[in-house]
Amino acid sequence: MNESLFVDLLAAGLLYGTPLVLAGLGELLAERSGVMNLGVEAMMLMGAVTAFWFVQSFDGPAWLALLLAILVAAAVGTAMATVYAFVVVTLRANQVVSGLALLILGGAAGLSSYLAAVGSLSGPAARFKLPTYDVLGLSDVPVIGPLIFGQNALVYVSWLLVALVAFYLYRTQTGLHLQAVGEDPRSADAMGISVSRFRYGHTMVGGALAGVAGAYYTLELQPAWIDGITAGAGWIAIALVITAFWRPGLLLAGAYLFGIVTSLGFTLQARGVDLPPEIFTSLPYVLTIVAVVLVSSGWSRLRLRAPAALGEPYAREEA
Amino acid sequence: MRLRSEIGVPEIRFEKRLKPPRWLGPATPPIAVIVALAIGALVLWASGRDAVDIYQRMARSAFTNPGAFSNTLIAATPLLLTGLAAAVTFRMKVWNIGADGQLMIGAVLAAAAGTFFGGRSLAAVMALMILAGIVGGCLWASIAALLRVYLNTNEVLTTLMLNYIAPLILFYLIFNSTSYWRDLSTQSARVFPQAKTLAEDAFWPTYGAAAAVPFGFLLGVVLALALYFVVRNTRFGFQMRVSADSPEAARYAGISTGRLLILVMLLSGALAGIAGASQIGDVSHRLEPKNLQLATFGYTGIAVAALVRYHPIGIVVSAILVGALNNAGFNLQGPDLPLGLIGVNQGIILMLVAASEVTARYRLVIGRRARRGDRAPPPEQATLEPGASPEQGTSDGTDERPRQDARPGEDS
Repeated sequence: MNESLFVDLLAAGLLYGTPLVLAGLGELLAERSGVMNLGVEAMMLMGAVTAFWFVQSFDGPAWLALLLAILVAAAVGTAMATVYAFVVVTLRANQVVSGLALLILGGAAGLSSYLAAVGSLSGPAARFKLPTYDVLGLSDVPVIGPLIFGQNALVYVSWLLVALVAFYLYRTQTGLHLQAVGEDPRSADAMGISVSRFRYGHTMVGGALAGVAGAYYTLELQPAWIDGITAGAGWIAIALVITAFWRPGLLLAGAYLFGIVTSLGFTLQARGVDLPPEIFTSLPYVLTIVAVVLVSSGWSRLRLRAPAALGEPYAREEA
Repeated sequence: MRLRSEIGVPEIRFEKRLKPPRWLGPATPPIAVIVALAIGALVLWASGRDAVDIYQRMARSAFTNPGAFSNTLIAATPLLLTGLAAAVTFRMKVWNIGADGQLMIGAVLAAAAGTFFGGRSLAAVMALMILAGIVGGCLWASIAALLRVYLNTNEVLTTLMLNYIAPLILFYLIFNSTSYWRDLSTQSARVFPQAKTLAEDAFWPTYGAAAAVPFGFLLGVVLALALYFVVRNTRFGFQMRVSADSPEAARYAGISTGRLLILVMLLSGALAGIAGASQIGDVSHRLEPKNLQLATFGYTGIAVAALVRYHPIGIVVSAILVGALNNAGFNLQGPDLPLGLIGVNQGIILMLVAASEVTARYRLVIGRRARRGDRAPPPEQATLEPGASPEQGTSDGTDERPRQDARPGEDS
């Protein structure tokens, strides 16, 4: 492998891995509180469609349009997450069925497609794309220049968020309380921590991040609208959280690995590798299965396992 | 700090019911459907459309227009079969979300069987197509089943990922290769890729005078009845029921839960595969990758099954209802009624059904929060992890929590 192919792969991995970092961090926070948010894919699609709609119809400078579009996407994601949290935390409904309901409701053949049709979004490209920066004027330094100093705004935001989440989880009291809620809600409750408040809060933050991850698709990756634009990335983000053992640092690395695999087709085809495109397109899904198999069998599970109360509703009166 | 948050805050609380009222079970599905349609009307109204008019036209084009009900039955056929596929596993709290992919692989093999054996007697061709569909569905389901049982891999994620992989196989077979399935007989077919069409004498028949009932639908009804009988009256069904209610009890009773899980997943895959065969035999008569991918029969089947709490006979009714919705949406699709609205309705129905589970077990109490001392748990149980309590899940015969198996990366 020559050096420029290596750099191309890494750069593409960063570009395609970023939505997984964002959505994955959100899912990580929700799962740490014990809620398995299976609505990520739907939240991403809704974030993608609303951000795109906003950018297409907003009359104003590009930076403001993009900033507000991302905030709108985050708000939509939060709203959906609030509904989900109400159903699974307050009503204690089954998380798999509720997550699927959200998928059908908001997904590729649901509300996101409806909104795109109502707003006639299919066809034209996005009016604005996320700006890329030339940090410290170093973006043309070989190899690390384009990778570290020449990225778009959300990439830097995602790095900041990874650091923040890691600090929050391991170095703040609230973060430790969060871990307690996910591991042993009964003890957390006995300590005076409000289990449902933590679960609502982190599911909602997770939804906001999923919305932003969706916006990344329509504002950066494929700046146009097609139904189902995220193509299962929300599910891959969920799998990623599991394979990263619920740790933000590993999540970042894993997301870029998935990003590289996702972009492998484009990178190799640009270099004349002639294989059926379906093989490349299927790689991230195959890798997801392989990764989940690897972490769910074997010794790793014993020491780096899931939050003990993940997926279980908590009811104080049912001891 | 505790005082401030504990006293005087109004809250929504649930009191456990000893027994759900009798009317509640049957009343839930209609209520869910009505509320979902009402929310759908709000969505229509919010985007500047006349909801009443649209719903009237939907009802006409699903039921009363000439030929409308036949089309509703055609739309209901795959949903009936994928609904049954979802019901067998979901009842056992095994989450086979993969009916979509299983249907597609079933359709691939059924299409091959249909073209390969075409020209023989219709009964023989149909039997072989159904068999091929079953094999395809089982094959695709077995991946997730074996990974779950032998490598402890969460089946939600594997079946989902397999749903994304299956259509790629179909696209490859038709659009990017010169496979057996691709029609290469004419010049235009070589330029614009399409699949081989079945010989006309291999098309599946329809029955009935007032409305044409597709064979696949009848087969689905027979399978629903058979499933109902199997669950109630056979050893296998008994094991399924025990395992659904309490996996621990099933293990103590000497039921091999791993073997049972594989069997149930294969049964589910087989039903989805039959749905795929029916798509080829009843509807499209050739492999149509894009339509199968867009249809998302597998996911809709889950909504169909959940609506009637996974009851096989109920699924027949709910498949007709949801099929009517799909059929109407398909007929009226356009700028006036984007197809996405149907998904919105179905998603809301499923969400309401999931949320309504709680009403069967709890009574809603809205009021002031009780003081902590009023309902402190008994001290000897206060420190127990919820899953560790032996009474949990068996005290009233229902399981309040998703089983531990629903967690990824965790032992059950």
